[in-house]
Amino acid sequence: MTTQLEQRQTTKGAVQVEGLSVTFRNRGQETHVLNQIQLGIKPGEFVCLLGPSGCGKSTLLNVIAGFIKPTAGYVMVDQAPITRPGADRGFVFQQYSLLPWKTAFQNIELGLKIRGMAKGDRTELVHDYLNRVGLYKHRNSYPHQMSGGMQQRASIVRALVNSPSVLLMDEPFAALDAQTRHMMQELLLDIWEDLKTTVIFVTHDIEEAIFLGDRICIMGVQPGHIKAELPIGLRRPRHFDDTLSAEFVALHRQVFECIREETMKSMEGCL
Amino acid sequence: MAVSVPQMGYPRWLGQLGQALSSLFFSSRSSRRMLALGLFFGIWQLLCAVNFDVFINFQFVPSPVEVFKATLTFFTENPWVHFRSSIGRVFWGYVVASGLGVLLGIMIGWFAVVEDLLLPPLELLRPIPAVAWIPLAILMFPNAESGMIFITFVGAFFPVLISTINGVESTLSDTVLIRVGQCLGAKPWHIFKDIVVPGSLPSIASGLVIGMGNAWFCLVTAEILAGRYGIGYITWESYVTSNYPPIVMGMLLIGLMGAASSWAVSRAMEALMPWRVIKKQGSV
Ligand SMILES: Nc1ncnc2c1ncn2[C@@H]1O[C@H](COP(=O)(O)OP(=O)(O)OP(=O)(O)O)[C@@H](O)[C@H]1O
Ligand SMILES: [Mg+2]
Repeated sequence: MTTQLEQRQTTKGAVQVEGLSVTFRNRGQETHVLNQIQLGIKPGEFVCLLGPSGCGKSTLLNVIAGFIKPTAGYVMVDQAPITRPGADRGFVFQQYSLLPWKTAFQNIELGLKIRGMAKGDRTELVHDYLNRVGLYKHRNSYPHQMSGGMQQRASIVRALVNSPSVLLMDEPFAALDAQTRHMMQELLLDIWEDLKTTVIFVTHDIEEAIFLGDRICIMGVQPGHIKAELPIGLRRPRHFDDTLSAEFVALHRQVFECIREETMKSMEGCL
Repeated sequence: MAVSVPQMGYPRWLGQLGQALSSLFFSSRSSRRMLALGLFFGIWQLLCAVNFDVFINFQFVPSPVEVFKATLTFFTENPWVHFRSSIGRVFWGYVVASGLGVLLGIMIGWFAVVEDLLLPPLELLRPIPAVAWIPLAILMFPNAESGMIFITFVGAFFPVLISTINGVESTLSDTVLIRVGQCLGAKPWHIFKDIVVPGSLPSIASGLVIGMGNAWFCLVTAEILAGRYGIGYITWESYVTSNYPPIVMGMLLIGLMGAASSWAVSRAMEALMPWRVIKKQGSV
Protein backbone atom coordinates (compact mmCIF):
# COMPACT_ATOMS: atom_id res chain seq x y z
CA MET A 1 0.00 0.00 0.00
CA THR A 2 1.34 3.41 -0.85
CA THR A 3 0.17 6.22 1.33
CA GLN A 4 0.20 9.75 0.13
CA LEU A 5 3.30 10.30 2.24
CA GLU A 6 5.32 8.00 0.00
CA GLN A 7 4.24 9.40 -3.32
CA ARG A 8 6.47 11.76 -5.18
CA GLN A 9 4.90 14.63 -6.99
CA THR A 10 7.68 16.04 -9.06
CA THR A 11 5.50 16.78 -12.05
CA LYS A 12 3.29 19.46 -10.59
CA GLY A 13 4.18 22.71 -8.88
CA ALA A 14 5.80 24.83 -11.60
CA VAL A 15 5.56 28.49 -10.62
CA GLN A 16 5.97 31.33 -13.09
CA VAL A 17 6.05 34.93 -11.87
CA GLU A 18 5.98 37.38 -14.79
CA GLY A 19 6.59 41.14 -14.59
CA LEU A 20 4.88 41.31 -11.22
CA SER A 21 4.41 44.73 -9.63
CA VAL A 22 2.44 45.67 -6.55
CA THR A 23 1.49 49.18 -5.50
CA PHE A 24 -0.53 49.79 -2.35
CA ARG A 25 -2.83 52.77 -2.27
CA ASN A 26 -3.79 54.11 1.13
CA ARG A 27 -5.66 57.41 1.40
CA GLY A 28 -4.22 58.71 -1.84
CA GLN A 29 -0.70 57.70 -0.84
CA GLU A 30 0.99 55.19 -3.10
CA THR A 31 3.60 52.71 -1.91
CA HIS A 32 5.44 50.93 -4.67
CA VAL A 33 6.30 47.64 -2.98
CA LEU A 34 7.24 45.20 -5.73
CA ASN A 35 8.75 46.12 -9.08
CA GLN A 36 8.84 43.84 -12.12
CA ILE A 37 9.45 40.57 -10.32
CA GLN A 38 10.53 37.78 -12.64
CA LEU A 39 10.83 34.33 -11.17
CA GLY A 40 10.56 30.78 -12.49
CA ILE A 41 10.43 27.79 -10.18
CA LYS A 42 10.69 24.17 -11.28
CA PRO A 43 8.36 21.50 -9.94
CA GLY A 44 9.69 20.15 -6.66
CA GLU A 45 12.21 22.93 -6.17
CA PHE A 46 12.88 24.42 -2.72
CA VAL A 47 13.37 28.17 -3.14
CA CYS A 48 14.20 30.53 -0.30
CA LEU A 49 13.33 34.22 -0.51
CA LEU A 50 15.78 36.22 1.54
CA GLY A 51 15.86 39.95 2.08
CA PRO A 52 15.84 42.79 4.57
CA SER A 53 12.69 43.66 6.47
CA GLY A 54 10.13 45.53 4.42
CA CYS A 55 11.48 44.49 1.01
CA GLY A 56 8.19 42.85 0.08
CA LYS A 57 8.82 39.15 0.76
CA SER A 58 5.45 38.62 2.40
CA THR A 59 3.75 40.66 -0.29
CA LEU A 60 5.22 38.46 -3.03
CA LEU A 61 4.14 35.32 -1.18
CA ASN A 62 0.65 36.76 -0.62
CA VAL A 63 0.29 37.45 -4.34
CA ILE A 64 1.29 33.87 -5.17
CA ALA A 65 -1.22 32.65 -2.57
CA GLY A 66 -3.90 34.81 -4.18
CA PHE A 67 -4.53 36.96 -1.11
CA ILE A 68 -3.41 40.15 -2.90
CA LYS A 69 -4.05 41.14 -6.52
CA PRO A 70 -0.99 42.43 -8.38
CA THR A 71 -1.01 45.89 -9.95
CA ALA A 72 0.77 44.54 -13.02
CA GLY A 73 2.01 41.16 -14.20
CA TYR A 74 0.76 37.76 -13.19
CA VAL A 75 1.55 34.50 -11.43
CA MET A 76 0.92 31.09 -12.96
CA VAL A 77 1.02 27.76 -11.18
CA ASP A 78 1.18 24.83 -13.59
CA GLN A 79 0.18 27.12 -16.48
CA ALA A 80 -2.97 28.32 -14.68
CA PRO A 81 -3.13 32.01 -13.77
CA ILE A 82 -3.73 32.76 -10.09
CA THR A 83 -6.81 34.82 -9.36
CA ARG A 84 -7.79 33.73 -5.85
CA PRO A 85 -6.58 31.61 -2.92
CA GLY A 86 -7.03 27.88 -3.27
CA ALA A 87 -6.16 24.55 -1.72
CA ASP A 88 -3.49 23.90 -4.41
CA ARG A 89 -1.29 26.42 -2.64
CA GLY A 90 -0.75 25.54 1.01
CA PHE A 91 0.28 28.38 3.31
CA VAL A 92 2.14 28.32 6.60
CA PHE A 93 1.90 31.60 8.46
CA GLN A 94 4.48 33.19 10.73
CA GLN A 95 1.89 33.66 13.48
CA TYR A 96 0.42 30.64 15.20
CA SER A 97 -2.60 30.20 13.02
CA LEU A 98 -4.32 27.00 14.08
CA LEU A 99 -8.01 27.60 14.68
CA PRO A 100 -8.20 27.86 18.48
CA TRP A 101 -11.58 26.09 18.62
CA LYS A 102 -10.38 22.96 16.86
CA THR A 103 -8.09 20.22 18.13
CA ALA A 104 -4.88 19.37 16.28
CA PHE A 105 -6.73 16.59 14.46
CA GLN A 106 -9.70 18.77 13.51
CA ASN A 107 -7.43 21.57 12.30
CA ILE A 108 -5.51 19.25 10.01
CA GLU A 109 -8.64 17.50 8.85
CA LEU A 110 -10.43 20.72 7.84
CA GLY A 111 -9.10 20.99 4.28
CA LEU A 112 -9.99 17.37 3.53
CA LYS A 113 -13.43 17.81 5.02
CA ILE A 114 -14.03 20.89 2.87
CA ARG A 115 -12.95 18.89 -0.18
CA GLY A 116 -15.51 16.24 0.77
CA MET A 117 -13.20 13.28 1.47
CA ALA A 118 -14.90 10.37 3.27
CA LYS A 119 -14.50 10.27 7.03
CA GLY A 120 -12.55 7.00 7.13
CA ASP A 121 -10.00 8.06 4.49
CA ARG A 122 -9.64 11.41 6.18
CA THR A 123 -8.88 9.93 9.58
CA GLU A 124 -6.32 7.51 8.16
CA LEU A 125 -4.50 10.20 6.21
CA VAL A 126 -4.46 12.67 9.09
CA HIS A 127 -3.20 9.99 11.48
CA ASP A 128 -0.38 9.15 9.03
CA TYR A 129 0.73 12.75 9.00
CA LEU A 130 0.32 13.20 12.76
CA ASN A 131 2.56 10.18 13.30
CA ARG A 132 5.05 11.53 10.83
CA VAL A 133 5.56 14.77 12.75
CA GLY A 134 5.27 13.17 16.21
CA LEU A 135 1.94 14.75 17.10
CA TYR A 136 -0.23 11.63 17.24
CA LYS A 137 -0.26 11.71 21.03
CA HIS A 138 -1.47 15.30 20.91
CA ARG A 139 -4.14 14.84 18.25
CA ASN A 140 -6.90 15.80 20.68
CA SER A 141 -5.10 18.82 22.15
CA TYR A 142 -6.31 22.33 21.50
CA PRO A 143 -3.72 24.82 20.20
CA HIS A 144 -3.42 26.53 23.59
CA GLN A 145 -2.30 23.21 25.04
CA MET A 146 0.52 22.86 22.49
CA SER A 147 3.97 24.45 22.37
CA GLY A 148 4.88 26.86 19.58
CA GLY A 149 6.90 24.16 17.80
CA MET A 150 4.02 21.70 17.98
CA GLN A 151 1.62 24.29 16.63
CA GLN A 152 3.87 25.04 13.67
CA ARG A 153 4.30 21.32 12.95
CA ALA A 154 0.53 21.00 12.91
CA SER A 155 0.25 24.05 10.62
CA ILE A 156 2.73 22.54 8.15
CA VAL A 157 0.85 19.26 8.16
CA ARG A 158 -2.46 21.09 7.79
CA ALA A 159 -1.15 22.54 4.53
CA LEU A 160 0.56 19.35 3.29
CA VAL A 161 -2.33 16.99 3.90
CA ASN A 162 -4.18 18.62 0.99
CA SER A 163 -1.24 17.62 -1.27
CA PRO A 164 -0.77 21.18 -2.60
CA SER A 165 1.31 21.81 -5.72
CA VAL A 166 3.15 24.56 -3.90
CA LEU A 167 3.85 25.08 -0.22
CA LEU A 168 4.22 28.76 0.70
CA MET A 169 5.93 29.45 4.01
CA ASP A 170 6.25 32.95 5.47
CA GLU A 171 8.95 32.91 8.15
CA PRO A 172 7.28 29.89 9.76
CA PHE A 173 10.02 29.33 12.34
CA ALA A 174 10.82 32.94 13.21
CA ALA A 175 8.96 32.81 16.53
CA LEU A 176 10.66 29.61 17.73
CA ASP A 177 13.76 29.30 19.89
CA ALA A 178 17.01 28.28 18.17
CA GLN A 179 16.91 24.63 19.25
CA THR A 180 13.33 24.07 18.14
CA ARG A 181 14.00 25.97 14.92
CA HIS A 182 16.85 23.61 13.98
CA MET A 183 14.70 20.58 14.67
CA MET A 184 11.87 22.01 12.61
CA GLN A 185 14.22 22.71 9.68
CA GLU A 186 15.42 19.12 9.67
CA LEU A 187 11.88 17.81 9.99
CA LEU A 188 10.72 19.99 7.10
CA LEU A 189 13.54 18.79 4.85
CA ASP A 190 12.81 15.22 5.85
CA ILE A 191 9.16 15.48 4.78
CA TRP A 192 10.05 17.46 1.67
CA GLU A 193 12.52 14.75 0.54
CA ASP A 194 9.55 12.39 0.49
CA LEU A 195 6.91 14.66 -1.01
CA LYS A 196 9.02 16.81 -3.31
CA THR A 197 6.39 19.52 -3.23
CA THR A 198 7.56 22.87 -4.57
CA VAL A 199 8.38 25.07 -1.56
CA ILE A 200 8.73 28.85 -1.47
CA PHE A 201 10.17 29.70 1.90
CA VAL A 202 10.51 33.28 3.13
CA THR A 203 13.11 34.00 5.77
CA HIS A 204 15.54 36.66 6.86
CA ASP A 205 17.87 34.10 8.39
CA ILE A 206 20.78 33.48 6.00
CA GLU A 207 21.78 30.21 7.61
CA GLU A 208 18.22 28.90 7.40
CA ALA A 209 18.00 29.85 3.70
CA ILE A 210 21.25 28.08 2.80
CA PHE A 211 20.46 25.02 4.91
CA LEU A 212 17.03 24.50 3.35
CA GLY A 213 17.09 25.78 -0.20
CA ASP A 214 18.01 24.50 -3.64
CA ARG A 215 18.21 28.13 -4.60
CA ILE A 216 18.19 31.46 -2.77
CA CYS A 217 16.59 34.56 -4.25
CA ILE A 218 17.93 37.65 -2.59
CA MET A 219 15.55 40.56 -2.69
CA GLY A 220 16.47 44.24 -2.76
CA VAL A 221 14.57 47.24 -1.48
CA GLN A 222 12.96 50.43 -2.77
CA PRO A 223 11.03 49.05 -4.49
CA GLY A 224 11.28 45.31 -3.88
CA HIS A 225 13.01 43.41 -6.67
CA ILE A 226 15.04 40.25 -7.07
CA LYS A 227 18.62 41.35 -6.81
CA ALA A 228 20.48 38.07 -7.09
CA GLU A 229 19.88 34.35 -7.34
CA LEU A 230 22.24 31.78 -5.94
CA PRO A 231 22.02 28.02 -6.46
CA ILE A 232 22.89 25.99 -3.37
CA GLY A 233 24.71 22.86 -4.43
CA LEU A 234 25.11 21.30 -0.98
CA ARG A 235 24.47 17.56 -1.02
CA ARG A 236 21.16 16.18 0.16
CA PRO A 237 19.93 14.87 2.49
CA ARG A 238 21.36 17.64 4.61
CA HIS A 239 22.24 17.38 8.28
CA PHE A 240 22.88 20.01 10.79
CA ASP A 241 26.66 19.24 10.78
CA ASP A 242 26.74 20.54 7.22
CA THR A 243 26.33 24.08 8.50
CA LEU A 244 29.90 23.84 9.80
CA SER A 245 31.42 22.79 6.47
CA ALA A 246 33.77 25.12 4.58
CA GLU A 247 31.40 25.20 1.63
CA PHE A 248 28.52 26.35 3.85
CA VAL A 249 30.62 29.05 5.47
CA ALA A 250 31.74 30.36 2.09
CA LEU A 251 28.13 30.55 0.87
CA HIS A 252 27.16 32.29 4.07
CA ARG A 253 29.77 34.97 3.50
CA GLN A 254 28.72 35.47 -0.10
CA VAL A 255 25.04 35.90 0.80
CA PHE A 256 25.89 38.08 3.76
CA GLU A 257 27.83 40.57 1.60
CA CYS A 258 24.98 40.77 -0.89
CA ILE A 259 22.33 41.32 1.79
CA ARG A 260 24.40 43.85 3.70
CA GLU A 261 24.28 46.34 0.85
CA GLU A 262 20.50 46.11 0.72
CA THR A 263 20.09 46.38 4.46
CA MET A 264 22.25 49.52 4.43
CA LYS A 265 20.07 50.92 1.67
CA SER A 266 16.85 50.16 3.54
CA MET A 267 18.22 51.78 6.69
CA GLU A 268 19.26 54.95 4.86
CA GLY A 269 18.01 58.01 6.63
CA CYS A 270 17.65 56.08 9.86
CA LEU A 271 21.34 56.11 10.70
CA MET B 1 16.16 42.23 62.00
CA ALA B 2 14.27 44.39 59.57
CA VAL B 3 11.83 41.58 58.98
CA SER B 4 10.61 41.51 62.57
CA VAL B 5 10.05 45.26 62.84
CA PRO B 6 6.42 45.39 61.61
CA GLN B 7 5.40 42.86 64.27
CA MET B 8 6.67 44.95 67.15
CA GLY B 9 3.99 46.64 69.19
CA TYR B 10 1.36 43.93 68.51
CA PRO B 11 0.64 41.19 71.01
CA ARG B 12 1.61 37.80 69.61
CA TRP B 13 -1.92 36.39 69.75
CA LEU B 14 -3.23 39.17 67.53
CA GLY B 15 -0.83 38.21 64.78
CA GLN B 16 -1.79 34.58 65.14
CA LEU B 17 -5.49 35.42 65.03
CA GLY B 18 -4.94 37.48 61.89
CA GLN B 19 -3.07 34.60 60.30
CA ALA B 20 -5.81 32.14 61.20
CA LEU B 21 -8.50 34.43 59.82
CA SER B 22 -6.64 35.14 56.63
CA SER B 23 -5.90 31.48 56.04
CA LEU B 24 -9.57 30.76 56.64
CA PHE B 25 -10.90 33.41 54.30
CA PHE B 26 -8.23 34.06 51.74
CA SER B 27 -6.95 30.56 51.11
CA SER B 28 -9.72 29.64 48.69
CA ARG B 29 -11.69 31.81 46.32
CA SER B 30 -15.09 30.51 47.44
CA SER B 31 -14.49 31.43 51.07
CA ARG B 32 -13.40 34.86 49.88
CA ARG B 33 -16.71 35.21 48.09
CA MET B 34 -18.64 34.18 51.22
CA LEU B 35 -16.72 36.81 53.12
CA ALA B 36 -17.71 39.46 50.56
CA LEU B 37 -21.41 38.64 51.00
CA GLY B 38 -21.08 38.54 54.80
CA LEU B 39 -19.46 41.98 54.78
CA PHE B 40 -22.15 43.36 52.47
CA PHE B 41 -25.02 42.34 54.76
CA GLY B 42 -23.05 43.14 57.93
CA ILE B 43 -22.27 46.68 56.83
CA TRP B 44 -25.86 47.19 55.70
CA GLN B 45 -27.20 46.02 59.09
CA LEU B 46 -24.71 48.25 60.87
CA LEU B 47 -25.69 51.32 58.84
CA CYS B 48 -29.37 50.72 59.68
CA ALA B 49 -28.61 50.05 63.36
CA VAL B 50 -26.78 53.37 63.79
CA ASN B 51 -29.36 55.25 61.69
CA PHE B 52 -26.66 56.43 59.37
CA ASP B 53 -27.54 59.77 57.78
CA VAL B 54 -24.69 61.49 55.99
CA PHE B 55 -26.01 62.58 52.57
CA ILE B 56 -27.42 59.05 52.13
CA ASN B 57 -30.13 58.35 54.68
CA PHE B 58 -30.49 54.82 56.09
CA GLN B 59 -33.20 55.67 58.67
CA PHE B 60 -36.04 54.41 56.48
CA VAL B 61 -34.11 51.63 54.81
CA PRO B 62 -35.29 48.22 56.04
CA SER B 63 -32.46 46.35 57.73
CA PRO B 64 -31.42 42.86 56.61
CA VAL B 65 -33.17 41.41 59.67
CA GLU B 66 -36.48 43.10 58.76
CA VAL B 67 -36.11 41.98 55.17
CA PHE B 68 -35.43 38.46 56.38
CA LYS B 69 -38.63 38.54 58.44
CA ALA B 70 -40.63 39.79 55.44
CA THR B 71 -39.12 36.99 53.39
CA LEU B 72 -40.19 34.39 55.96
CA THR B 73 -43.75 35.74 55.87
CA PHE B 74 -43.70 35.73 52.08
CA PHE B 75 -42.55 32.12 51.92
CA THR B 76 -45.27 30.95 54.31
CA GLU B 77 -48.10 32.20 52.06
CA ASN B 78 -47.79 30.43 48.70
CA PRO B 79 -44.82 32.19 47.06
CA TRP B 80 -44.52 29.77 44.14
CA VAL B 81 -47.23 31.32 42.02
CA HIS B 82 -45.21 34.55 42.08
CA PHE B 83 -41.99 32.79 41.20
CA ARG B 84 -43.67 30.79 38.46
CA SER B 85 -45.19 33.87 36.84
CA SER B 86 -41.98 35.90 36.92
CA ILE B 87 -39.70 33.10 35.79
CA GLY B 88 -42.05 32.36 32.89
CA ARG B 89 -42.09 35.97 31.72
CA VAL B 90 -38.31 36.30 31.92
CA PHE B 91 -37.75 32.91 30.33
CA TRP B 92 -39.93 33.45 27.25
CA GLY B 93 -38.74 37.01 26.72
CA TYR B 94 -35.16 35.80 26.98
CA VAL B 95 -35.62 32.80 24.70
CA VAL B 96 -37.12 34.91 21.92
CA ALA B 97 -34.56 37.70 22.47
CA SER B 98 -31.54 35.41 22.36
CA GLY B 99 -32.80 33.46 19.37
CA LEU B 100 -33.63 36.55 17.38
CA GLY B 101 -30.62 38.53 18.64
CA VAL B 102 -28.09 35.86 17.65
CA LEU B 103 -29.77 35.19 14.31
CA LEU B 104 -30.10 38.84 13.28
CA GLY B 105 -26.67 39.68 14.73
CA ILE B 106 -24.99 37.02 12.62
CA MET B 107 -26.89 38.09 9.50
CA ILE B 108 -26.09 41.77 10.07
CA GLY B 109 -22.44 40.98 10.73
CA TRP B 110 -22.11 38.71 7.70
CA PHE B 111 -24.22 40.37 4.95
CA ALA B 112 -23.76 44.05 4.09
CA VAL B 113 -27.30 44.18 2.64
CA VAL B 114 -28.90 42.94 5.83
CA GLU B 115 -26.86 45.45 7.80
CA ASP B 116 -28.05 48.31 5.61
CA LEU B 117 -31.68 47.20 5.80
CA LEU B 118 -31.97 46.32 9.47
CA LEU B 119 -29.40 48.16 11.50
CA PRO B 120 -30.67 51.77 11.14
CA PRO B 121 -34.16 51.10 12.59
CA LEU B 122 -32.72 48.83 15.28
CA GLU B 123 -30.20 51.48 16.30
CA LEU B 124 -33.10 53.93 16.54
CA LEU B 125 -35.05 51.64 18.87
CA ARG B 126 -32.07 50.56 20.97
CA PRO B 127 -31.78 53.59 23.31
CA ILE B 128 -35.47 53.47 24.25
CA PRO B 129 -35.76 52.25 27.86
CA ALA B 130 -38.10 49.35 28.63
CA VAL B 131 -40.36 51.54 30.76
CA ALA B 132 -41.12 53.77 27.78
CA TRP B 133 -42.50 50.73 25.96
CA ILE B 134 -45.27 50.14 28.53
CA PRO B 135 -48.01 52.18 26.82
CA LEU B 136 -47.30 50.62 23.45
CA ALA B 137 -47.06 47.17 25.00
CA ILE B 138 -50.57 47.66 26.35
CA LEU B 139 -51.85 48.88 22.97
CA MET B 140 -50.07 46.33 20.79
CA PHE B 141 -50.50 43.04 22.62
CA PRO B 142 -53.70 41.10 23.09
CA ASN B 143 -53.17 40.47 26.80
CA ALA B 144 -51.00 41.62 29.69
CA GLU B 145 -49.00 38.41 29.70
CA SER B 146 -47.65 38.84 26.18
CA GLY B 147 -47.04 42.53 26.85
CA MET B 148 -44.89 41.64 29.84
CA ILE B 149 -42.95 39.06 27.83
CA PHE B 150 -42.36 41.78 25.25
CA ILE B 151 -40.87 44.09 27.92
CA THR B 152 -38.38 41.45 29.14
CA PHE B 153 -37.64 40.71 25.48
CA VAL B 154 -36.76 44.35 24.86
CA GLY B 155 -34.33 44.24 27.79
CA ALA B 156 -32.53 41.11 26.64
CA PHE B 157 -32.56 41.61 22.87
CA PHE B 158 -30.19 44.51 22.29
CA PRO B 159 -27.17 43.32 24.28
CA VAL B 160 -27.40 39.96 22.49
CA LEU B 161 -27.73 41.64 19.09
CA ILE B 162 -24.90 44.13 19.52
CA SER B 163 -22.46 41.60 21.01
CA THR B 164 -23.19 39.14 18.21
CA ILE B 165 -22.59 41.77 15.52
CA ASN B 166 -19.33 42.77 17.20
CA GLY B 167 -18.23 39.15 17.46
CA VAL B 168 -18.83 38.44 13.79
CA GLU B 169 -17.19 41.66 12.65
CA SER B 170 -14.10 41.19 14.79
CA THR B 171 -13.66 37.63 13.53
CA LEU B 172 -14.01 38.84 9.94
CA SER B 173 -11.36 41.48 10.62
CA ASP B 174 -8.86 38.79 11.65
CA THR B 175 -7.08 38.48 8.30
CA VAL B 176 -5.00 35.47 9.27
CA LEU B 177 -7.98 33.35 10.33
CA ILE B 178 -9.87 34.17 7.15
CA ARG B 179 -6.82 33.47 5.00
CA VAL B 180 -6.29 30.14 6.76
CA GLY B 181 -9.75 29.14 5.58
CA GLN B 182 -9.23 30.48 2.06
CA CYS B 183 -6.07 28.53 1.38
CA LEU B 184 -7.71 25.35 2.61
CA GLY B 185 -10.19 25.84 -0.22
CA ALA B 186 -13.02 27.05 2.00
CA LYS B 187 -16.13 28.44 0.34
CA PRO B 188 -17.98 31.29 2.12
CA TRP B 189 -20.22 28.72 3.80
CA HIS B 190 -17.22 26.91 5.36
CA ILE B 191 -15.66 30.16 6.45
CA PHE B 192 -18.95 31.05 8.07
CA LYS B 193 -19.46 27.71 9.79
CA ASP B 194 -15.91 26.76 10.78
CA ILE B 195 -14.36 30.17 11.42
CA VAL B 196 -16.84 33.02 11.85
CA VAL B 197 -19.39 31.32 14.10
CA PRO B 198 -16.92 29.73 16.54
CA GLY B 199 -14.77 32.86 16.41
CA SER B 200 -17.66 35.06 17.49
CA LEU B 201 -18.87 32.65 20.17
CA PRO B 202 -17.04 34.32 23.10
CA SER B 203 -18.66 37.62 22.16
CA ILE B 204 -22.08 36.03 21.66
CA ALA B 205 -21.71 34.37 25.06
CA SER B 206 -21.09 37.67 26.78
CA GLY B 207 -24.12 39.14 25.03
CA LEU B 208 -26.24 36.23 26.24
CA VAL B 209 -25.04 36.65 29.84
CA ILE B 210 -25.69 40.41 29.82
CA GLY B 211 -29.04 39.82 28.12
CA MET B 212 -30.05 37.35 30.84
CA GLY B 213 -29.34 39.94 33.52
CA ASN B 214 -31.17 42.63 31.56
CA ALA B 215 -34.30 40.49 31.22
CA TRP B 216 -34.52 40.36 35.03
CA PHE B 217 -33.59 44.00 35.18
CA CYS B 218 -36.77 44.77 33.23
CA LEU B 219 -39.00 42.49 35.32
CA VAL B 220 -40.33 45.17 37.66
CA THR B 221 -41.08 47.35 34.65
CA ALA B 222 -42.86 44.47 32.93
CA GLU B 223 -44.93 43.53 35.97
CA ILE B 224 -46.30 47.04 36.36
CA LEU B 225 -48.69 45.56 33.81
CA ALA B 226 -49.43 42.53 35.97
CA GLY B 227 -52.76 42.03 37.71
CA ARG B 228 -51.87 39.90 40.71
CA TYR B 229 -48.75 37.78 40.57
CA GLY B 230 -45.02 38.13 40.14
CA ILE B 231 -41.96 39.11 42.18
CA GLY B 232 -41.74 42.41 40.33
CA TYR B 233 -45.44 42.97 40.91
CA ILE B 234 -45.02 42.48 44.68
CA THR B 235 -42.13 44.91 44.70
CA TRP B 236 -44.12 47.54 42.85
CA GLU B 237 -47.28 46.97 44.88
CA SER B 238 -45.40 47.20 48.19
CA TYR B 239 -44.07 50.56 47.08
CA VAL B 240 -47.57 51.77 46.23
CA THR B 241 -48.77 50.63 49.68
CA SER B 242 -45.66 51.99 51.47
CA ASN B 243 -44.73 48.59 52.89
CA TYR B 244 -40.96 48.80 52.70
CA PRO B 245 -39.37 45.49 53.75
CA PRO B 246 -41.05 43.50 50.90
CA ILE B 247 -39.66 46.02 48.39
CA VAL B 248 -36.13 45.20 49.41
CA MET B 249 -37.03 41.52 49.52
CA GLY B 250 -38.34 41.70 45.97
CA MET B 251 -35.21 43.53 44.87
CA LEU B 252 -32.98 40.91 46.44
CA LEU B 253 -34.99 38.01 45.02
CA ILE B 254 -34.73 39.50 41.54
CA GLY B 255 -31.03 40.05 42.09
CA LEU B 256 -30.62 36.49 43.26
CA MET B 257 -32.51 34.92 40.38
CA GLY B 258 -30.82 37.21 37.88
CA ALA B 259 -27.39 36.28 39.21
CA ALA B 260 -28.24 32.57 39.29
CA SER B 261 -29.59 32.49 35.75
CA SER B 262 -26.70 34.57 34.38
CA TRP B 263 -24.34 32.14 36.06
CA ALA B 264 -26.17 29.20 34.49
CA VAL B 265 -25.97 30.81 31.04
CA SER B 266 -22.28 31.57 31.37
CA ARG B 267 -21.60 27.99 32.53
CA ALA B 268 -23.52 26.61 29.57
CA MET B 269 -21.57 28.84 27.20
CA GLU B 270 -18.26 27.79 28.74
CA ALA B 271 -19.24 24.19 28.11
CA LEU B 272 -19.70 25.12 24.43
CA MET B 273 -16.18 26.56 24.30
CA PRO B 274 -13.85 23.92 25.74
CA TRP B 275 -10.91 25.58 23.97
CA ARG B 276 -11.04 28.65 26.16
CA VAL B 277 -8.81 29.00 29.21
CA ILE B 278 -9.05 32.04 31.41
CA LYS B 279 -6.20 32.55 33.80
CA LYS B 280 -6.61 35.52 36.10
CA GLN B 281 -4.05 37.25 38.25
CA GLY B 282 -4.03 35.47 41.60
CA SER B 283 -6.25 32.55 40.63
CA VAL B 284 -5.03 29.04 41.30
N1 LIG C 1 -1.67 46.78 2.98
C1 LIG C 1 -0.60 47.57 2.83
N2 LIG C 1 -0.76 48.88 2.56
C2 LIG C 1 0.30 49.69 2.39
N3 LIG C 1 1.57 49.28 2.48
C3 LIG C 1 1.82 47.99 2.76
C4 LIG C 1 0.74 47.06 2.95
N4 LIG C 1 1.27 45.84 3.21
C5 LIG C 1 2.61 46.01 3.16
N5 LIG C 1 2.95 47.30 2.91
C6 LIG C 1 4.31 47.82 2.77
O1 LIG C 1 4.97 47.00 1.84
C7 LIG C 1 6.33 46.84 2.20
C8 LIG C 1 6.66 45.37 2.16
O2 LIG C 1 5.93 44.68 3.16
P1 LIG C 1 6.14 43.14 3.40
O3 LIG C 1 5.29 42.77 4.56
O4 LIG C 1 5.94 42.41 2.14
O5 LIG C 1 7.67 43.08 3.80
P2 LIG C 1 8.55 41.84 4.26
O6 LIG C 1 9.69 41.74 3.33
O7 LIG C 1 7.72 40.65 4.43
O8 LIG C 1 9.10 42.33 5.66
P3 LIG C 1 9.36 41.50 6.99
O9 LIG C 1 10.64 40.77 6.83
O10 LIG C 1 9.48 42.56 8.03
O11 LIG C 1 8.18 40.59 7.19
C9 LIG C 1 6.50 47.47 3.56
O12 LIG C 1 7.19 48.69 3.38
C10 LIG C 1 5.10 47.72 4.04
O13 LIG C 1 5.06 48.93 4.75
MG1 LIG D 1 6.97 39.48 6.14
